Amino acid sequence: MSDYNLSHLKELEAESIYIIREVAAEFENPVMLYSIGKDSSVMVRLAEKAFAPGKVPFPLMHIDSKWKFKEMIQFRDEYAKKYGWNLIVESNMEAFNAGVGPFTHGSKVHTDLMKTQALLQALDKYKFDAAFGGARRDEEKSRAKERIFSFRDKFHQWDPKNQRPELWDIYNTRVHKGESIRVFPLSNWTELDIWQYIRLENIPIVPLYFAKERPIVEIDGNLIMPDDDRIPKEYLDKVKMRKVRFRTLGCWPLTGAVESDADTIEKIVEEMMTTTKSERTTRVIDFDQDASMEQKKREGYF
Amino acid sequence: MDINDSKLNIKEFLDKDEQKDLLRFLTAGSVDDGKSTLIGRLLFDSKKIYEDQLDALERDSKRCGNAGEHIDYALLLDGLKAEREQGITIDVAYRYFSTNNRKFIIADTPGHEQYTRNMITGGSTANAAIILVDARTGVITQTRRHTYLISLLGIKHLVLAVNKMDLVDFDKAVFDKIVADFDEFVKPLGIPDVTCIPLSALDGDNVVEKSDRTPWYDGKCLLDYLETVPIDLDRNYEDFRYPVQYVLRPNLDFRGFCGKVASGVVRVGDTVMALPSRKTSKVKSIVTYEGEIKEAFPPLCVTITLEDEIDISRGEMIVHPDNLPIEDRNFEAMLVWMDEEPMDRDKQFYIKQTTNTTRARIDSIKYKVDVNTMQQSQVERLQLNEIGRVVFTTGKELLFDPYARNKQTGSFILIDPITNNTSAVGMIIGAVDAKDMSGDDALATLSLSSLGIDKSHAAAVQTLCDALKRRGIVIKIID
Repeated sequence: MSDYNLSHLKELEAESIYIIREVAAEFENPVMLYSIGKDSSVMVRLAEKAFAPGKVPFPLMHIDSKWKFKEMIQFRDEYAKKYGWNLIVESNMEAFNAGVGPFTHGSKVHTDLMKTQALLQALDKYKFDAAFGGARRDEEKSRAKERIFSFRDKFHQWDPKNQRPELWDIYNTRVHKGESIRVFPLSNWTELDIWQYIRLENIPIVPLYFAKERPIVEIDGNLIMPDDDRIPKEYLDKVKMRKVRFRTLGCWPLTGAVESDADTIEKIVEEMMTTTKSERTTRVIDFDQDASMEQKKREGYF
Repeated sequence: MDINDSKLNIKEFLDKDEQKDLLRFLTAGSVDDGKSTLIGRLLFDSKKIYEDQLDALERDSKRCGNAGEHIDYALLLDGLKAEREQGITIDVAYRYFSTNNRKFIIADTPGHEQYTRNMITGGSTANAAIILVDARTGVITQTRRHTYLISLLGIKHLVLAVNKMDLVDFDKAVFDKIVADFDEFVKPLGIPDVTCIPLSALDGDNVVEKSDRTPWYDGKCLLDYLETVPIDLDRNYEDFRYPVQYVLRPNLDFRGFCGKVASGVVRVGDTVMALPSRKTSKVKSIVTYEGEIKEAFPPLCVTITLEDEIDISRGEMIVHPDNLPIEDRNFEAMLVWMDEEPMDRDKQFYIKQTTNTTRARIDSIKYKVDVNTMQQSQVERLQLNEIGRVVFTTGKELLFDPYARNKQTGSFILIDPITNNTSAVGMIIGAVDAKDMSGDDALATLSLSSLGIDKSHAAAVQTLCDALKRRGIVIKIID
């Protein structure tokens, strides 16, 4: 053993910092997509590390579907202010004003308009040529094959059959006008790595991740927390208080809670290690169709 | 991994987990060698497959599984829809698992010929490689190809996994014959650490536990090998190379050079030299988010500040003055062509090496290597998946080391200037003397006298040319 042995977390951290700096150095107009989730929180911390003692030289952007948990928005605004982030918030206002939502239009239409289309509109509006996302390869099968620097054509589409070879840490950052690259600095992190890092670095995360008594109604087998008065009336009298937490965060009607007593990071990890469900099963959108994430990714979703 | 078995409380578990190191390995083998089954078993037996993924697996196995009554582990790995329909994996897929001692990243790559590109992609960051062979067929052409590619990539630890030993009655003679065949082939390639393991991925023999069906085998089972193979000394700690990635100037008092320590070790107080300017200074501080540190080593990403105000840009390199890389515009490399579009020798490619991008022209092709037979032949150009020894000339001097000594500074990619595709990847062998170049020196020259520019403007012209040089355009000034 040499004295220069690094733990896996330090090695992953170094890899991510290198990727983030490479984007800042080589692109004209990068942006970091910020979803308010735990992976985003880690990604933002890594960006802060990459440029310390300076400031992160690109903006963060949150695509607000207008159906996020209220606690997420509070958290976002509190930390953006506290850490002085340059934060952009964008929504598909046209669809929102037309009344699009998961209860009226279904998860598929809602996700397409309020998340995918909202993102594409925002990327076009600001002409970003690189966008960081917090996706990990261990989350889902189609992500396991995606490059760290993932090319998107003028229509923001991903072609899984025509990916640029990616070797060592020499990243091809060249794009023509209108084309862009999605960059995934957390590609090689696992869910456990993320929790470990949050624990070691004391990274703040939205309290919804921790178990607490919350009002819950069961909809199609998912434990849904009605977060505002847009919940259809027929569910109102079925709401019960249950001790739950959220393993992923998104639109409240599309994000199932799990019953849990885990109110610390240690307990969350313990629950995760002994659990029988992987984290994406609490995301309702994944069940739409077979290979649905791959389809969404081809169309421009993260 | 299983918390209940290991009798650790969760805090102890996390404290231990935090200290684990990381091994990246590549798996190569053909569709029929049982590679996906082996990986599935490593993941399954190390208890990292969540139960709902298993539920999905049982459903999928009934619908399109190829393993009959067995769970088809391969379905866990074949991610993309199109591949599932074809029943083969077609690209690199990354998998993650961990044991009590290590974390692992598997780059799973396909075996058939047209996808050499993917194996090269998957293997570039690997510490170790596993090549599978079927015990019934032994070392075949494809095994040789994979082994050659692994030696080309400079992967230091290689396992030959002789799979399907159950189908040859765990016969020692069969295994010994394969090992002997393989030895003969692998010796000249110079891979420092080669291990052969007899196993059955389907039944689990010698995968995560030693099998009692191979009493004649006294080596480690595969997982044991992966958990213990020493990799921390594989990095180059001797030659300090620090390609500047980003210049940080948050305020007038701070000028930091961000980068990754590509190799070697740097300490506060070291005398360092910036290349290509050759200006020297001392390391004033090594800055991180957590505060200043005394020394930095690979692959740490840090920010270095210097005692003196020296102008250093991205793409330039900080080194120790008594240990310099090669500086040259002419060099030869083993090149793997990765693009559907064949090599066009008239094209001026972009070359990206460390954090530096400039133009590159192909001077000559010394030979092409047939990856199946290792035979060399003369060719006019390289096509997809072909490998050759190629001489380049670049628009400005590159700072490099031979790949065999330093992967970080000896590797590069070629980018097509029109399509922006990564057309080829290369591993540098060394510099080539100017007199041995076949093409003319492509440098543009600017003659001050013939243009009627007075010598008093020479310094200004030089400054302009220096600025252009940073952008990859080199102009030679003559009086």
